[in-house]
Amino acid sequence: MRTVRELKDISKQLKIDTLNSIYKAKSGHIGGCYSSAEIITALYFRFMNIDEDNPCKIDRDRFVLSKGHSAPILYAALARRGFFPVEDLAKLRNVCGHLQGAPNIKTPGIDMSSGPLGQGLSAAVGMALNAKFKKLCYKTYCLIGDGEFQEGQIWEAMMSAAKYKLSNLVCILDHNGVQMSGSNEELMPIGSPQEKFASFGWHVVTINKGNDMEDVVNCFEHLFDEKVDEPIAIIAKTTKGNGVSFMENSATWHGAVPSEEQYFEAMRQLKEAH
Amino acid sequence: MISTRITYGNAVYDMARKNPNIFVVDADCISPLNYQKFADEFPGRFIEVGIAEQNMVSVAAGLASCGNTVFVGSFAVFVSMRALDQVRNQVCYNNFDVKVVGTHSGIETGYDGATHEATEDMAIFRAIPNIRILVPSTPIMSYKLTCIAGETYGPFYLRLTKQPSPELYDESEEFCIGGSKVLLEGSDITLMACGRMVHHCLEAAERIKEDGISVRVVDMYSIKPIDTIAIEKAVSDTKNIMTVEDHNIIGGLGGAVCEYVAKLGRGKVITHGINDVFGRSGSCDDLFELHSLNVDGIVNRIKNII
Repeated sequence: MRTVRELKDISKQLKIDTLNSIYKAKSGHIGGCYSSAEIITALYFRFMNIDEDNPCKIDRDRFVLSKGHSAPILYAALARRGFFPVEDLAKLRNVCGHLQGAPNIKTPGIDMSSGPLGQGLSAAVGMALNAKFKKLCYKTYCLIGDGEFQEGQIWEAMMSAAKYKLSNLVCILDHNGVQMSGSNEELMPIGSPQEKFASFGWHVVTINKGNDMEDVVNCFEHLFDEKVDEPIAIIAKTTKGNGVSFMENSATWHGAVPSEEQYFEAMRQLKEAH
Repeated sequence: MISTRITYGNAVYDMARKNPNIFVVDADCISPLNYQKFADEFPGRFIEVGIAEQNMVSVAAGLASCGNTVFVGSFAVFVSMRALDQVRNQVCYNNFDVKVVGTHSGIETGYDGATHEATEDMAIFRAIPNIRILVPSTPIMSYKLTCIAGETYGPFYLRLTKQPSPELYDESEEFCIGGSKVLLEGSDITLMACGRMVHHCLEAAERIKEDGISVRVVDMYSIKPIDTIAIEKAVSDTKNIMTVEDHNIIGGLGGAVCEYVAKLGRGKVITHGINDVFGRSGSCDDLFELHSLNVDGIVNRIKNII
């Protein structure tokens, strides 16, 4: 089992991979990748039961990246886990590569396509229902953004997960507070996601520092300690563009591509981080 | 008489008895889609999401990603438009084994009015890669096409109707994806119709025989893929093709036939259907008359052509 220290190093590597692939592609969404880096690292390198040699095994844990624009960091995780060659990352969004702008199931390790926001949690409900009906013990994890929390379908999915008591389903909200055109508060305040999930019948857990590997690991470590009947929501407070000073908390860096100067500066900051 | 949506429900139930991987995800359409038997006998495989068509389709995609065959359905208006993004991006893009079913299609829906009359659903789905479109004209055909869709991997759209429909086929009739049925031979004009319009065309053809006009009637139950051999034969054997559908003349059966005839570079097609307007409330007979989709309307159109 990987230690918190090792996971920190991996997440650093994934962020470097992400910067390289987006810089090479001259296209991609770096801010949301960095807010979810620690969560994806913890899931893919410690907590999820997956097998890179058998990516379709029937009882694997599922992961749905509902905020599909954060694909580059997921691709980095899959490549570093061995699902496909790390060299493929250099062909992100390239017509010759398999790494689409948003996840596609043709990429090894991707369980569900995504991109159009608000749809992933429903698909994760379907996966969790399958496990429940077929008595398979896998878990389904779904990472949603706080921008897409504004989509009505999220609420439909929340109701159905609670109705079917999908305690094998974990929805993680990457709550960085910033979306494409500004902050959640400016565009459409989402209020208290904790209270909203709870009122829909979910068991709610909060990670106060969603970019602190220790906090993230601690949350997942004890997630299933308490036997609950309800689906589980993790509200992870994160920072958009985390780890690169000029990208942090900035809507501009939702989808901006670094200039050469910015690329080297971002790389320097990522490499120097502990 | 029963409607195509009722035998659809029977077919799903019968298949589910043999295939443990068949699921239904429903959005409060148990009665319209005849799911009660399925829901009673297979409660674990009957997922009720309430009035939430988008969630219905996406949950189905999740179930299908785990190797299941999933049926989802609602009124054709809602499944083809409210949930279109989900059908396109989660079902068709992934080529998942999800069967999308739209009942209450066309102005035949009647009293509920324009908001509940899907007259553009075929046009919408025809433009999406990977999905096939079947439109049964009778209860037996609906049962059989549902079985074909259920046993053939990949996304399908089944276009069903609210009203009971007369039967034209017996239990032994065979259908196939990309097929059609010639129900009446003729040499002056070929009527290519789907769904309820097949019955109107048969009556129109019989009536117009008295005027010495010989009409071929083809049941074009497979809209995508379309039966190109039947179209080529119609172009060769008869001077004109007239498509007849309870759907906008843009993009449905007429569109599919026209596109293929254009590719052939010969032949003439007249499209008969809803002339790019919304429906309205009324009895379905009155609405068919309003849009010249009743037998009289079809007879008059043929006389104008010939």
